[in-house]
Amino acid sequence: MIKVNVDMAKCQHYGQCVFEAPDVFTLNADDKLEYVAEVDDSERANVEAAIDVCPMQAIFIVD
Amino acid sequence: MSKPVVIVGASMGGLRMAEALRRFGYAGPITVIGDEPHAPYNRPPLSKEVLAAEVSHEAVAFPQRPATADVNWVLGTRAVSADLDHHTVTDSNGEIHPFGTLVVATGLRPKRLHVANSELAGRHAVRTLDDAIALRADLQPGAKVVIVGAGFIGCEVAATARKLGCEVTIVGPGSLPMLRPLGHELAAEMMRRHVEQGVTFRMKTNAVDLVGETRVTAVVLDDGTTLDCDVLVESIGSHANTEWLEGCDLDLSSGVLTDSSMRALRVDGTPWETVFAIGDVARFPNPTFGDESRRIEHWNIPTDTAKRAAQVITAGFQSPEDLERVASERFAPIPSFWSDQYDNHLLAYGLTALADESRLLDGDISADCVFGYYRRGEMVGVCGIGLRSVVQGYRAAFA
Repeated sequence: MIKVNVDMAKCQHYGQCVFEAPDVFTLNADDKLEYVAEVDDSERANVEAAIDVCPMQAIFIVD
Repeated sequence: MSKPVVIVGASMGGLRMAEALRRFGYAGPITVIGDEPHAPYNRPPLSKEVLAAEVSHEAVAFPQRPATADVNWVLGTRAVSADLDHHTVTDSNGEIHPFGTLVVATGLRPKRLHVANSELAGRHAVRTLDDAIALRADLQPGAKVVIVGAGFIGCEVAATARKLGCEVTIVGPGSLPMLRPLGHELAAEMMRRHVEQGVTFRMKTNAVDLVGETRVTAVVLDDGTTLDCDVLVESIGSHANTEWLEGCDLDLSSGVLTDSSMRALRVDGTPWETVFAIGDVARFPNPTFGDESRRIEHWNIPTDTAKRAAQVITAGFQSPEDLERVASERFAPIPSFWSDQYDNHLLAYGLTALADESRLLDGDISADCVFGYYRRGEMVGVCGIGLRSVVQGYRAAFA
């Protein structure tokens, strides 16, 4: 498993991550980001892609 | 040892290029040459968070990954020339860097006003971290800030400066701020929201002269008026950094013209096999939006084009068949931009600036709303204030 952390003080809810790792990140009905904090190793590449496209650089993998 | 991949430009594009080469299996040497003293950092916060609060390089620096720990970073050094036939780049220290493959990622620099007394203090542009830190020091409560240029950067700086208690005037040549990307209706609404926050607009005017002894004290406009000014922000567009490539067999009419594999094209239209361009400086075709090649100054483009170039470069190292297969794959990155001004959160997909018409698709123009952008009746972009899920629902239309 890998641990995903989003710095919610930085996150501006742009939702770019949603397209890179749709099983990890979603925008809720209020357009706020929600995410799964612990995901399978198979999601690593997707989460890394989400990290790359985050305009606020607010996403981290906690190893 | 094989000759290195030399990447010129150490911003996000250069970093993503190095990372993507490693991800696609290239294990050879990589050199990145960049003129700023800083390791790559994230630019979007520069017109917002960095201006509003004390921010260090560490706070905006991209994380360094283990896979690129052995990259040779040559920072604080400009490339001054290249010899593509002999595979060398010469830097500002006179050092010659031989390359196996060259990646041009030199990006843009801000245009500046052409005025006689250009040496005055108090003039600012916003492109680099050092630019933003210098501007921040000048944005004191009560300061009279004149922003020349009414695009996204100018409007974001205006919003931040208002929050800091400055008096803000925006001077722009067009009728409305952000007119090309937002279209008439949304641009007019955003102007209304800026006015509501206390910003003064002097549209359809240009700055033609500056007043001051050592520091700018006023800006003279072409309608004859003079604006008192403590801080001048010049956000009038950008130049592609291609001067160092002059004399090379390249099309440098606007950035570096490439094919859809990001291979730089010779003047006769044939691609260099070993020279690539990515990011803001690359002018490349995108089949989603017709035949024309364009430079796209959106934040996601350096990452998308770096990945594409890395795939093509590493395929070329494998075999001619791999190269042909990868190069024939469709490359059509989805442009996206976003902007925060006060509590207005804009998000867009596609190329709204191509549109000849915009229509309200959802919401209420005086609150949250979504506009569609059309060229000859075909949708080319979508942009919203708020309503992000609605905007994102249209994204697939531009894939």
